[in-house]
Amino acid sequence: MADTAVHPAASSEPRGPKPRKKLSRNNIIIYGTLLVVAFYYLLPLYVMVVTSLKGMPEIRLGNIFSPPVEITFEPWVKAWSQACTGLNCDGLSRGFWNSIRITVPSVIVSIVIASVNGYALANWKFKGADAFFTILIFGAFIPYQVMLYPIVIMLREIGLYGTLWGLVIVHTIFGMPILTLLFRNYFTSLPEELFKAARVDGAGFWRIYFQIMLPMSLPIFVVAMILQVTGIWNDFLFGVVYTKPDLYPMTVQLNNIVNSVQGVKEYNVNMAATLLTGLVPLVIYFVSGKLFVRGIAAGAVKG
Amino acid sequence: MSSERPNGLFRNIPAKVAAIPMIITALVVFMGGSLWTMAYSLTKSKLLPKWKFVGLDQYERLWSTKRWVVSIENLFIYGVCMLIASFVIGFILAALMDQKIRFENTFRTIILYPFALSFIVTGLVWQWILNPEFGIQSIIRGLGFTSFEFDPLYNADIAIYGILIAGLWQGTGLIMVLMLAGLRGIDQEIWKAAKVDGIPTWKTYLFIVIPMMRPVFITTLVLVAASIVKVYDLIVAQTGGGPGISTEMPAKYVYDYMFGGQNLGQGFAASTMMLLAVLVVVIPWAYLEFGGKKRG
Repeated sequence: MADTAVHPAASSEPRGPKPRKKLSRNNIIIYGTLLVVAFYYLLPLYVMVVTSLKGMPEIRLGNIFSPPVEITFEPWVKAWSQACTGLNCDGLSRGFWNSIRITVPSVIVSIVIASVNGYALANWKFKGADAFFTILIFGAFIPYQVMLYPIVIMLREIGLYGTLWGLVIVHTIFGMPILTLLFRNYFTSLPEELFKAARVDGAGFWRIYFQIMLPMSLPIFVVAMILQVTGIWNDFLFGVVYTKPDLYPMTVQLNNIVNSVQGVKEYNVNMAATLLTGLVPLVIYFVSGKLFVRGIAAGAVKG
Repeated sequence: MSSERPNGLFRNIPAKVAAIPMIITALVVFMGGSLWTMAYSLTKSKLLPKWKFVGLDQYERLWSTKRWVVSIENLFIYGVCMLIASFVIGFILAALMDQKIRFENTFRTIILYPFALSFIVTGLVWQWILNPEFGIQSIIRGLGFTSFEFDPLYNADIAIYGILIAGLWQGTGLIMVLMLAGLRGIDQEIWKAAKVDGIPTWKTYLFIVIPMMRPVFITTLVLVAASIVKVYDLIVAQTGGGPGISTEMPAKYVYDYMFGGQNLGQGFAASTMMLLAVLVVVIPWAYLEFGGKKRG
């Protein structure tokens, strides 16, 4: 399919397909299809943006695809600081800060634990390690619903049910299979000589981890962070089950604002709130680019 | 380090200590939790888990509850449509992206971005787009087709397809990325050979490339199937299970009975059925994938 035969003189014999015009029938089909698909994928984002910038009268009159006649940022202000969930009318900002308070420790704790796990599995194999690892990976496929209630009991026993740290533990547990797999595979791919040389020099478990493995693994830590930040930010189920209303993450609060049955529906405020909630993962996605792809592809790479 | 080998249990202690969280998670939470739920699905637990054995009563009640049967039907429709559509679309997109096109990164970024968004955001956006008063239906009516009807969120017969549209929008990008990785893994010589033999491109894809990508297909299938069984947030955000019970799903049944209806036994039985559904997919796969590897 390559159409790069620009300099036929460059090689001794004619190679590759015949050079053809840029706009061949094939290309029209390919780019045409991709453009239509891209349009379909971008449509919801566009609709969110334009709806959130319109006033309510304009929404009632026009259609959802027309660009705003009069741009207003009031829906954004309202979504952030005045939208109501039940009796609280302090907007999504509360959910945003809750999500930050949940995401930051959850990401740190889960990555620290999983990276040490992966390191132990890759370099310090002990008897039975593989068996535990297999169970862990299988656990990734078990529907969360099966473990929801037992975890409620466990957290209640240690007095963390309904608290921030309880939720941090839950995120650490459910992030563990994929992250451990990610780190194990990465550490296994590092040259073994490094590890052996350090062992000969008398370095122990932690020293090798901190002084040799850690400095060499920055990329995989970034991948793990992207994976966890988006995953935890987008979580809904655990937030609902394991926290109390004053600690609800942004997704839960968003759903409560938009799907509340009382009051007049303010579609522009709803869309501004939806966009605000999606903003953090979107920014991470657009900034991280290929690393994000690597992160999700890691889920498909089997150990 | 001394060269003598102490008792096996005490060797490698830091590694074992470091692995304690993993061991607890694997044994206590994943295995213990699942077994606990399975065991208590055989009891009469209501508000609190109580060890009062009733055999398979909960399962009998489960399968005679209309809402559960509808949930299973919905999961089946959604699952089959989702798998077929997302695989076909995902593969075609990947094949198009693999034609050494320009702006590949731009297209990939656009097709994959919904995957970064939560199901809640996805559900709410599509709830808005499919809104019959302002969304697609009203626009097409505005173009002159006054009797056009497309209101999947208010019409119980087609509501589940409204969910499907949103699910496809969110999830197809992932499949495309995985398929593209698979296509890139195919030896270019194969393409040249097919060309020399004069085999048309579509035939090369259908009879040579796709069979070669079997491992990628199977892995993707297992990942997607396991995530379909768990679908929950999307329903909550987009329809709340309505209209009526027309978009209920098993995961929502479990949550509602466990934490809303205070009927733990039903929740346990329903979640055990979900586990069973996943095992039916995962065990044959694991057997093929890992069982085969050890022998080879």
